[in-house]
Amino acid sequence: MTTTPAIEIDGLTKSYGDHPVLEGVGLSVPSGTIFALLGSNGAGKTTVVKILSTLLKADGGTAAVNGYDVATQPANVRESISLTGQFAAVDEILTGRENLVLVAQLRRLKDSGQIADDLLARFALTDAANQKAATYSGGMRRRLEIAMSLIGNPPVLFLDEPTTGLDPQSRLEVWRTVQELAGQGTTVLLTTQHLDEAEHLADQIAVLHEGRIIANGTLAELTQLLPPATVEYVEKQPTLEDIFLAIVGHDAPPPTQTTTVRTH
Amino acid sequence: MTSYVVHDTAVLTQRSLRHILRSPDTIITTVATPIAMLLPFVYVFGSAIQIGTGSYVNYLLPGILLITVASGIAYTAFRLFTDVSSGIFERFQSMPITRSAVLWSHVLTSVVANLTSLALVVIVAVAMGFRSAAGLLAWLAVLGIMALFTLALTWLAVIPGLTATTVDGVSGFSYPLIFLPFISSAFVPTSGMPGPVRWFAEHQPVTSIVDTIRNLYAVQPVGNGGWIALGWCVGLLLVAYALAMRTYRRKIA
Repeated sequence: MTTTPAIEIDGLTKSYGDHPVLEGVGLSVPSGTIFALLGSNGAGKTTVVKILSTLLKADGGTAAVNGYDVATQPANVRESISLTGQFAAVDEILTGRENLVLVAQLRRLKDSGQIADDLLARFALTDAANQKAATYSGGMRRRLEIAMSLIGNPPVLFLDEPTTGLDPQSRLEVWRTVQELAGQGTTVLLTTQHLDEAEHLADQIAVLHEGRIIANGTLAELTQLLPPATVEYVEKQPTLEDIFLAIVGHDAPPPTQTTTVRTH
Repeated sequence: MTSYVVHDTAVLTQRSLRHILRSPDTIITTVATPIAMLLPFVYVFGSAIQIGTGSYVNYLLPGILLITVASGIAYTAFRLFTDVSSGIFERFQSMPITRSAVLWSHVLTSVVANLTSLALVVIVAVAMGFRSAAGLLAWLAVLGIMALFTLALTWLAVIPGLTATTVDGVSGFSYPLIFLPFISSAFVPTSGMPGPVRWFAEHQPVTSIVDTIRNLYAVQPVGNGGWIALGWCVGLLLVAYALAMRTYRRKIA
């Protein structure tokens, strides 16, 4: 494939005062894939997303989204992206529907009302359409945020910690939505501190640590960084999450009774 | 993309006007301060203040109008601060819109909210006995001056709105503006003030603006004072706009 990567970063640096946050970050995200940027709090994940979404200028290095340079072609970058997560909030005073109409109008789309109604139905928010977003539960709110990000079908989606603070059902819902999107060709850059989230969703995972990418590859490739696994069979107790989802009647697949555990 | 500035500003202004409609208490709080000053000064202290001829409520209203705006722009800063701290400001900045529309929508909303508050204060003043023989042109001139003054203070309010880190910091900046009229001709004539205070009172913007509005309402010639008032308003507006835009550019850089 010779298509340009959806996101291409090279030698990115950024400091806040004397405090270096990014010290030469480089990565490349192929079009239509889910890429997880993994790191603990303060590792610089949000800084990378802010630079990619033209909210912050890098000190050095280059970054391009959808083939457009974030420093010299910011308007084209903004046409290509959508931002969701801990800092791109919803308007709490407006209703869910009004939030969607607002974004559709700002993207200068016709039929903003129709677009809003379709998304409300798709994200199971129709019943809450005319309630203020402030009254939404965490899961509804996250669904609304993602719905807002999809308006205008931007090819690249940034999800900054999309499941932080969500209950297990909502988290599975968000995961399903993200997988659907990637299936339709949207490139998703996901930041997370939850290892299982990256493992579950991402085609490719990069680990950002102290301002550098210290590992980058598919889950299989990352696994090979460690000594070969030995295979043994153990009985798996259901996790609390399995129990919770089973007793509240969630439609997730039943937990398997045995599972392969890799030990090193 | 500049051709969309009007469209984007209109969409975002509609949004923040809707915020005001859903929390009309911001308008009520805005008019509470000036009305709380109007009442004791007209009904308690007014009879003891020497203003020459005419009723004291007629004398006092222009200063109270300025206080109304000074109290109203605290909400301008607050609304902007809320957008910045909640993250919706960044959502808008990451969208393919004219970025300055985000600021302009707050500025226009501020003008609409403050003119609404001013109308309410004038209605209360009329109920308290304010009367004016001013014609349409004079009223329009008052409206023009108040609109310019509101714009100037609004751009000033943009600065704490963008930079404040706490809610207290956001509203605190308007207190000195509310008290500036006390050292001017707003409440009492400057002629009775001691030397340095009088000098300050006569050379600060509030006095010239208040005197101009008072003359317009009293159907008196405005004279040179009108130009000085206009100069203060336009000058303040330009300085506040320049400082606000500098703050804004730093913010989004």
